[in-house]
Amino acid sequence: MSAPDRVPSTPSPELLARLHGILSQVADPEIPVLSVLDLGLVRHLHFRDDGRLEVGIAPTYSGCPANAVIKADVLRALAGAGFEAVAADVLAPPWSSDWLSAEGRRKLEAFGIAPPAGSAPAACPRCSSERTTRISEFGSTPCKALYRCEACLEPFDYFKCI
Amino acid sequence: MTPQVLYILRLADTNLVLAQRLGEWVGHAPALEEDLGVANIALDLLGQARLLLAHAGRIEGGGRGEDEFAYLREESEYFNLTLVEQPNGDFGDTVMRQFLFDAWQCGVYEALAHSQDATLAAIAAKGLKEAAYHLRYSGGWLVRLGDGTPESHARVERSLRELWPFTNELFDDDETDRAVAAQGIGVLPSSLLPAWSARVDETLARATLARPAPASFAWYGKQGRHSEHLGYLLAEMQSLHRAHPGAAW
Repeated sequence: MSAPDRVPSTPSPELLARLHGILSQVADPEIPVLSVLDLGLVRHLHFRDDGRLEVGIAPTYSGCPANAVIKADVLRALAGAGFEAVAADVLAPPWSSDWLSAEGRRKLEAFGIAPPAGSAPAACPRCSSERTTRISEFGSTPCKALYRCEACLEPFDYFKCI
Repeated sequence: MTPQVLYILRLADTNLVLAQRLGEWVGHAPALEEDLGVANIALDLLGQARLLLAHAGRIEGGGRGEDEFAYLREESEYFNLTLVEQPNGDFGDTVMRQFLFDAWQCGVYEALAHSQDATLAAIAAKGLKEAAYHLRYSGGWLVRLGDGTPESHARVERSLRELWPFTNELFDDDETDRAVAAQGIGVLPSSLLPAWSARVDETLARATLARPAPASFAWYGKQGRHSEHLGYLLAEMQSLHRAHPGAAW
């Protein structure tokens, strides 16, 4: 009886690129312009001894209802591409808004959400004025606060900096 | 139950009970922004509670998970701090309770981020970012109410007087606390008092409120001996699960 083929634990660069391509299409359920990669939620990709692909996923806010949806969407996208995957929760190091990629910040701003920038947004995402006022420290999702621009008078979301 | 499991359940229950209390404001807060604020804080606390309950269940190894802990324990098997089970009262009472709690939780998570229990350390490091944000919100409101109108000042001053006696328990060391502190897993509650006092005094001063005299009585919710309010809260929180065991969305 021949020994079963050894499964490599780390995907090859080619396979990794393909996996990244799949994951770049998995959108955040609340901010659909951001992928799970833009958000910095995928912490590792490797094969377990049983041959299944393990995806390490960091939760955003501890209680964000989107965490469960994100996990399910990642597994569904990988299954659709023929990968039998399992998700592993990765708590450390904790996710923070610093994990957002440069591309993610650009996409956020183009979508009308001010990217994280310390205790207050740098500028209005619509008219770029720096005259902004906080309306509410908490917004429509755990990751957002609500601001108003004093120049164009439009309210806008700010991606909280934590 | 080992000291480690009991200690983690105390943290989890404190978060869970406060999340349930804050949830009572949804649809009733003074303004939409505050409705969102308290709901978001509740969600963070609930998320942390779920991680802690699941962790306690894994260590205990008896098959109990977050749902069994949350829905199938009686009042005397809950180990939350008595402060957080106190009724919401008016918005000033809720702000005061939240502020006293947030200032304490920041200190706890700062210390537990270095726990020998790696999972607890990870939950604390993550929770600290959220707790610091909550403290900014509750502290901001406390200053606005305390340094607001004569009416808001008088009301939040009464909140402080009524809730202050419950803070003794936050810094009271018992056998469990000493056991987990000796193992490097937990933090000795009394060691948190100086930093908490500094945080609280600074905000109280800005809110033009005087720190009350120390209360002589301590509560023991963390040992399962509660005020009369917890039973009603649990009855509401657990009724669905008890009526429909195993119900899932």
